[in-house]
Amino acid sequence: MDLTSLDRIRAAHDRTELALGPRSAPLAGGTWLFSEPQPGLEELVDLTTLGWPSVEQTADGLTLAATCTIRSLADLPPVPGWRSQHLVQQCARSLVASEKIWDWATVGGNICVALPAGALTTLAVALDATALVWTPDGGERREPVASLVTGVRTTSVGPGEVLRSVELSAEVLAQPVAFRRIALTRHGRSGAIVVGRRDDAGGLVVTLTAGVTHPHRLAFPTLPTPDELAAAVDAVEDWYDDPHGSPDWRRAMTLRLAEQVREELA
Amino acid sequence: MRFEVNGAPVDADPAPGQVLRTLLREHGHVEVKKGCDSGDCGACTVLLDGRPTHSCLVPAYRASGRAVTTVAGLDPRVGQSFIDAAAFQCGFCTAGLVTTVAGLGLTTDDEETARLLKGNLCRCTGYRSICDAVAGRRNTVDPVPGQDAGRSVRSPAACRIVTGREPFTLDVATTDLAHLAVLGSPHAHARIVAIDTTAALAAPGVLAVLTHEDSPTTLFSTARHESRLDDPDDTRVLDPVLRFHGQRVAVVVAESLREATRALRLIEVEYEVLPAVLDPEQARASGAPLVHGDKGPEARISEPSRNVVAQLHAEMGSVSDALAASAHRVRGTYRTRRVSHAALETHATRGWLDEDGRLVLRTSTQVPYLVRDEIAHIFALDPAKVRVLTGRVGGGFGGKQELLTEDVVALAVLRTGRAVQYEMTRADEFTIVPSRHPVRVEVELGADADGVLTAMRIDVLTDTGAYGNHGPGVMFHGVSESVAVYRCANKRVDAEAVYTHTLPSGAFRGYGLGQVIFAVESAMDDLAQSVGISAFDVRRRNVVVPGDRLLVADPDEVGDLDMHSYGMDQCLDLVEAALADRSADLPAPPGTHVGAGTAVAMIATIAPRGHYAEASVRLLDDGRYEISVGTTEFGNGTTTVHGQLVAQALGTTVDRIVIRQSDTDVTGYDTGAFGSAGVVVAGLALHRAALQLRTKILSAAAALRDHPSDEPRTWDSQDLTPESASGVPLTEIARAAPGLAGQGTHDGSPRSVAFNVHGFRVAVDPATGEVTVLRSVQAVDAGTVLHPEQLRGQVEGGTGQAIGTALYEEMRLDDEGRVTTASFRSYHVPQMVDLPRTEVLFADTADDLGPLGAKSMSEAPYNPVAPALANAIRDAVGIRPHELPMSADRLWRLLQA
Repeated sequence: MDLTSLDRIRAAHDRTELALGPRSAPLAGGTWLFSEPQPGLEELVDLTTLGWPSVEQTADGLTLAATCTIRSLADLPPVPGWRSQHLVQQCARSLVASEKIWDWATVGGNICVALPAGALTTLAVALDATALVWTPDGGERREPVASLVTGVRTTSVGPGEVLRSVELSAEVLAQPVAFRRIALTRHGRSGAIVVGRRDDAGGLVVTLTAGVTHPHRLAFPTLPTPDELAAAVDAVEDWYDDPHGSPDWRRAMTLRLAEQVREELA
Repeated sequence: MRFEVNGAPVDADPAPGQVLRTLLREHGHVEVKKGCDSGDCGACTVLLDGRPTHSCLVPAYRASGRAVTTVAGLDPRVGQSFIDAAAFQCGFCTAGLVTTVAGLGLTTDDEETARLLKGNLCRCTGYRSICDAVAGRRNTVDPVPGQDAGRSVRSPAACRIVTGREPFTLDVATTDLAHLAVLGSPHAHARIVAIDTTAALAAPGVLAVLTHEDSPTTLFSTARHESRLDDPDDTRVLDPVLRFHGQRVAVVVAESLREATRALRLIEVEYEVLPAVLDPEQARASGAPLVHGDKGPEARISEPSRNVVAQLHAEMGSVSDALAASAHRVRGTYRTRRVSHAALETHATRGWLDEDGRLVLRTSTQVPYLVRDEIAHIFALDPAKVRVLTGRVGGGFGGKQELLTEDVVALAVLRTGRAVQYEMTRADEFTIVPSRHPVRVEVELGADADGVLTAMRIDVLTDTGAYGNHGPGVMFHGVSESVAVYRCANKRVDAEAVYTHTLPSGAFRGYGLGQVIFAVESAMDDLAQSVGISAFDVRRRNVVVPGDRLLVADPDEVGDLDMHSYGMDQCLDLVEAALADRSADLPAPPGTHVGAGTAVAMIATIAPRGHYAEASVRLLDDGRYEISVGTTEFGNGTTTVHGQLVAQALGTTVDRIVIRQSDTDVTGYDTGAFGSAGVVVAGLALHRAALQLRTKILSAAAALRDHPSDEPRTWDSQDLTPESASGVPLTEIARAAPGLAGQGTHDGSPRSVAFNVHGFRVAVDPATGEVTVLRSVQAVDAGTVLHPEQLRGQVEGGTGQAIGTALYEEMRLDDEGRVTTASFRSYHVPQMVDLPRTEVLFADTADDLGPLGAKSMSEAPYNPVAPALANAIRDAVGIRPHELPMSADRLWRLLQA
């Protein structure tokens, strides 16, 4: 929709043009920004003109620019040995929006909007991704995406800061993962998502999203028993309440999906 | 910036924050529609460098140097497949669907296609016909002279719809157009103490700022009926008292929508916040804040001092005595929620003054004549000084039997003298447009040992929100056919419609019946269980049969409603036989419980207390015909049927009929397209007009042949062909007798009834609450079937909308009365993947009243769906749901108990 409150959209060409005022916001794909009125917002700064390479693939892993589109990520050819790469498709297909937006919606945008059902947040947290954040003083900082998304529509990205990229290690990409999702409707917004991953030491990392207000990362040094896993899930308290599922149902579904994930990876 | 649209270069200078959709429309590409403006519905889909794109999400400047292809620039083959499959009803979503299907190269109707099309919503069809179009299946036939009634001919608008050329409400060029934006109330109940518009008036582009001080003081109702006295006069164009969140506080008229919207925040308002009542039960309690306590008897509110806008308390026989003596008794309390019509075209009006100084309103309405009369009433104008017309309307479902945008546009036009447009947003549709009434129904039934009803009692409470509009009508209709369908000597109805400080409820497909039928049919199922007979037999033993009177709770009731045809028996047999055959079932997912259920519905074919139509048919100079009829086309398909009725009567083909419609200048009067009246009222008037013209043409032909006139034979004789009458060319007759025309009228009385029976088999997963429909079948008693494919489409579409109501859809309000589900992301309208195929079966009946024996069938298919689904779920899991929607989380919780 037209964002009538805007006075300008400014294309950034280098980092010096990234200065954000109190009524400015960075613009990547725009698929969320332009889907709701943005009262009070006067300026958008277009990040897509900075020329950040979408995907940088090295022996150490994968660096995804914040402006990397979901299409670019989904179209990445299969890399031999990356057993968790199928998670990309599974997460992308969990987006409430149609595949048409894959051409525009970005990895960084999805994470920074910080919705509980954020599909790319799920991907990043499940794969222990690290966020590289540019700070307004010209510096940068790194933080796990798991802690960057702090709640419903809130992140640790401070005023003037910009998410630059998300880094995934080759080690984690090589680990096996299991994905489970449920929604009140078949292709509707996710009600609960659970992703499990076996690490190289034989442990299990279970990521809970969509059913909770922010991502939860439950790490077990070895494969937990069903009771141990259930107890850990049950310790979660912030079950999310919105039209896409009631908190009690989300808790029950997350417990159920977590056990399915455990069984698949056992 | 420069870009290309359909191969032609475009130079443009988009405003900051402008998206590609609005830029394209500004440049005349009105084939690109606005359905949601948030990337959810797909109506605005274009190809950007060949890729299907939601153009409402793309900042316009990003199209610079790129190539846009709209539906108008596509290879026509995909559009043709939509024509052949009859894959649209209102057609508002079609441009985006055709573009998406073409852009993705889809050719099969499989799971993958359903997933890829989840971002294309259709509210009308239920998607089956769209699947047919994608897969290249054909559902239509070519016209045959004099035989088109009863055949699935193509809709007259089909070619224009699939290429984006059919003009909907705002798809016409108007020069010097101003726009208006509305400031909504931030409180559920408040009084405006002071309002300062100085800063807003001084803002760039602003032409006027209108407040309650500028508003006519005439009270009216946004609901529109044949008689304006049906609905309470409790509404003002702009009111100093605000009774729900979002109610109009002030209106800015400006040169552009951007300027109007930006000026809204400059209006300074001081509010006195007042106590609000949000709960319909509490609204009746003593001491509750009164919503319209200031209104007197002239407002026609039943009890303003108790927040009751309408009530009915009636009994025949003695229900308590009968219940006490009944072998079987069942009772339950049922609840339904607010539902949004979600027509893809939002409410919108464009108004201007014509050369004669008349006020002209082009609006998205089902009732142009009723709007004209009420606008004249509100603004104290001579109705002859007001013209109201529609283009094709992008879906209605009852939501456009309202006056919601026309009044404020009229005010703005009269104040500024300018052409002014008001287009509601999708959020407006959820937050300020009347929704389906939420209803609480308590039902109690008594029966003898054989399951024959001895007593029937219902207690109904409907929440009509802050303004009464359709509240009385929905309440009275809700308790009417739902109760009258059963023969029972002892019946009691208690019903009240109450005000609350929430958004108003209004007319919605079925008009109250769906909510009450959900309760009654659930209770009938419980009764069958209690007696130990089948769901079909309990209904066979109790439904009205020919010879019975149709009684609600007054044994002396005298009305104009009767069974002029009867197909309930056939419908029950058809559905029972269909459900007995499990070969067509989808496989049940592992771990699920399977069950089957059914429900019945009866509906009057016409709304009560008069529904009038005047129509005419004229012979054109070239031997074609022109029909003039008042009804609006909004996906109901009546325009196709009108063409068929006339073609049949005049021995011609539907493609030789020119249609003028839905404009107060076109014909004398038409009550409008509601109560499913388009075929049985306007269609009958038109058929009469065509028959009269036929006689005149044959007489003129006989005169021209210069021998004594043979008495014209019956209407289907072969002596009138597309080219000639009794051998005389029609062109010659037109020359000899210029202006030859027939006239027809209908007053909508007496009225008949139609029947619908739905059956489901479902699988319920007790671990998740998920419901999978394995089989869906509806048998309908529509009388003579004038257009099998369109009728099937109405049944499938009604079923699809009702499945949405039954399983998914719920408007939520917070504890301050604010709607929190204000987009298609938070309010789930069924997608292609969500809806099962529904088998549609026709009873073989012919009605004594309708044109060629036809009955209405647009609202009716909605009504039995939710209870049939609830009954199937109960059969599967052994526990009865009492509340809609039966969402997975609710069902899961029910099963935990």
